[in-house]
Amino acid sequence: MSGDDHELRVSKIRDGTVIDHVRGGQALNVLAILGIDGSEDEEVSVGMNVPSDRLARKDIVKVSGRELSQEEVDVLSLIAPDATINIVRDYEVASKHRVERPAEVEGVLTCPNATCITTGDEPVTSRFDVLDDGVRCAYCETIVRESIAELIDSR
Amino acid sequence: MRHDHLITSKHLTRADIEAVLDRAAEIDADPDAVAEKYAGSLLGLLFFEPSTRTKMSFETAMKRLGGDIVDMGSVESSSVKKGETLADTVRVIAGYADALVVRHPRQGAATMASEFVDVPLINAGDGAGHHPSQTLLDLYTIRENAGLDDLSVGIMGDLKYGRTVHSLAYALAKFDVHQHFISPESLQLPREVVYDLHQEGASVREHDALEDVLASLDVLYVTRIQRERFPDENEYQKIAGEYQIDLETLEGAQDDLTVMHPLPRVDEIDPAIDDTDHAAYFEQAHNGVPVRMALLDMFLGGERQ
Ligand SMILES: [Zn+2]
Repeated sequence: MSGDDHELRVSKIRDGTVIDHVRGGQALNVLAILGIDGSEDEEVSVGMNVPSDRLARKDIVKVSGRELSQEEVDVLSLIAPDATINIVRDYEVASKHRVERPAEVEGVLTCPNATCITTGDEPVTSRFDVLDDGVRCAYCETIVRESIAELIDSR
Repeated sequence: MRHDHLITSKHLTRADIEAVLDRAAEIDADPDAVAEKYAGSLLGLLFFEPSTRTKMSFETAMKRLGGDIVDMGSVESSSVKKGETLADTVRVIAGYADALVVRHPRQGAATMASEFVDVPLINAGDGAGHHPSQTLLDLYTIRENAGLDDLSVGIMGDLKYGRTVHSLAYALAKFDVHQHFISPESLQLPREVVYDLHQEGASVREHDALEDVLASLDVLYVTRIQRERFPDENEYQKIAGEYQIDLETLEGAQDDLTVMHPLPRVDEIDPAIDDTDHAAYFEQAHNGVPVRMALLDMFLGGERQ
């Protein structure tokens, strides 16, 4: 749908990833998940609260020069379950897929429980099981249903 | 048992639990039969948090099986004080010992530690998380006194931070048991635990007063409300007083009510109850040894699958 009027609101990219159908207001959290804070030389465009047929309002994130890994896509599903991922090569959409919720996510969220073993000084990577309505720490079993984006490990 | 480690009672099936309790009963009846069974075996005790009772109980169990222990000692006197991680400590001690028992103040510690070792690891308490060997001796005691089906069990006191309570609740959910939780509102069961119990299809009710449910109980499991949970001493006194039991409290109970407590107690249970048929807490503490012998036998004896 590269001819879509709404998509024209953010510039076309030559190579990279377009994350479309992000729930309205979640674009900045998507950037946080991808560890994009403007300090690297990736070119990023963000469209927020763009009218959409599928969602009332959606966000769009375009990242030049970077193709998302499956792991990154999996984690995106936690905050952007309706997102579509378009991998763009030489201005063409080379592949397009929906995000899928993984059974677990590793190393991307920080446990909110201050007494959890993963928040100490141990050589352990955080791991969360993905529930229907949230995530659960695989170590201390704390369940988080809201504000999952706030747990995103700042990399 | 299905697992290489004993981390939480949540993952034990009813059959797993019954296998441990049956083995404990056999050992209790004839301890001489296993007196030398693990001569030459070593159990590593890693207690990052003090617990004289649990530690001595494991130590006794291992020695009664003919084995010996290696003990990390107190945290103050060990390399942990110098900042060594739990992961490093368990890797080192796992090189010496045939099985490990770990207690640590952080939740999830035993799960993490088990990922670094290839000897069996028993969780002896991870913060407010789990304490499954305590649960097994609690279940052993309940089974001896009241059976394990068609029961009403009341669990009273600090249900929020009490890991023994969480472990017990998960295990009781595998049996035909109505669970009644009695606590002040501020010390109710964590919502995660309630969520899990509902997922298991367990029969669970919460109360704020013992009198609402006492008459229907077969077992009353009392836990300590810790002073340090309350910033205000008056608040503590007020709440703790409401969750103490004495002979007068038990007038409303069934004649064969079994009263349990994971000990040590402070003033939750009036010593006047000690001499009644209700009191099962010293027997419960004694059961720690045969139950832990059974556990060690199953883990050290290669009966794991
Ligand atoms: Zn955690």
